[in-house]
Amino acid sequence: MEIKVYGPGCRNCEKLKENVINALAELDVAANVEKVEDMSEIAKAGILSTPGLEINGEVKVKGQVPKVAKIKELIKAEL
Amino acid sequence: MLTEFADLVVYNWLNLSPKAHLAEALHFFIYDTLKIILLLSVMIFVISIIRSFFQPEKVKKLLSGKRLFVGNAMAAFLGVVSPFCSCSTVPIFIGFVESGVPLGVTFSFLITSPIVNEIALVLLYSIFGFKIAALYLISGVTVGIVGGILIGYLGLEEYVESYVYEIEMEDEEVSTMTWKDRIDYAKYQVKDIVGRIWKFVMIGIAIGGLIHGYVPTGALANYAGPDNPFAVIVAVIFGVPLYSNAVGTIPIVEALMNKGVATGTALSFMMATVALSLPEMVILRKVLKPKLIKIFVAIVGVSIIGVGYLFNIVI
Repeated sequence: MEIKVYGPGCRNCEKLKENVINALAELDVAANVEKVEDMSEIAKAGILSTPGLEINGEVKVKGQVPKVAKIKELIKAEL
Repeated sequence: MLTEFADLVVYNWLNLSPKAHLAEALHFFIYDTLKIILLLSVMIFVISIIRSFFQPEKVKKLLSGKRLFVGNAMAAFLGVVSPFCSCSTVPIFIGFVESGVPLGVTFSFLITSPIVNEIALVLLYSIFGFKIAALYLISGVTVGIVGGILIGYLGLEEYVESYVYEIEMEDEEVSTMTWKDRIDYAKYQVKDIVGRIWKFVMIGIAIGGLIHGYVPTGALANYAGPDNPFAVIVAVIFGVPLYSNAVGTIPIVEALMNKGVATGTALSFMMATVALSLPEMVILRKVLKPKLIKIFVAIVGVSIIGVGYLFNIVI
């Protein structure tokens, strides 16, 4: 599984990455988690409001920090 | 209720005389902190629910291909309701330009968004009343519209970093939110925003409290009252490098106005603090060439000064 967290490094983006890692740990799922900080890469992915969460090439969340439980649902749906 | 609590702490627990400067400053501090934090929590929740209907992706679709004037007016009003954080400035800018939103219209959005912050509006309303809040809203939107039209009219597209035009963006569907999502979003916003700005609010109120308790009423009227023609310009020049958000600035503005600073001067100071700041320019430098940043600062700065004079004349 490929997970990308989009965000230039503000607090919310860090928080989202932390939640993703916790969600993966709780589900005991292995995944590549990449943090994308380059502004033009973020824009290219179609994300106007940060942070953004992309799982297996599809943007799932924009402009908000979902809770661990919500991220677990999103990950499970991709398994 | 809050007044009684502040009375209790200052006069009973700390046993200070109501006439002492310290007591006056401390009373103001306790009362204002509680009032503002409470109001903020309620209002951010309500506003976040409204905001969840105006995600930037939707705003982008509404604005793409819009012409001058109509587009600028729409952008300025959308700037008021759209959620916006400075770390999203660059992606929003690229997204707008890439999807065909004219440069001037994009700027109307970027100018209004930080100036007319709904949270600031709510606070202005609760502290100063309807008239000042309404004037602030109208003038903030006007600065956005005028600034955007000017930037559009000057044809400054060549001063946007060229890579911005080369980016091809994936056209993502706007995700639909359920009511549970919206409520979760609003709750998160309350926690996040209050958690982030309480320090600004406390510092703002502390400075306001000091001015309240120690500076004699009317002391500043000679320097920054309606009769000093340079007060507005000085206020804006001081406001630009100061980096704060509207929420932290309001208590200072309140205290300054109590001591005789003219309304227009105080509001210009507040607008300059939130609309133009050094960190914001560093962020904008990623997409704009220095010349356009200078033009942006000049146009917004002059517009804010204009608003200050207008208020001083009208009120």
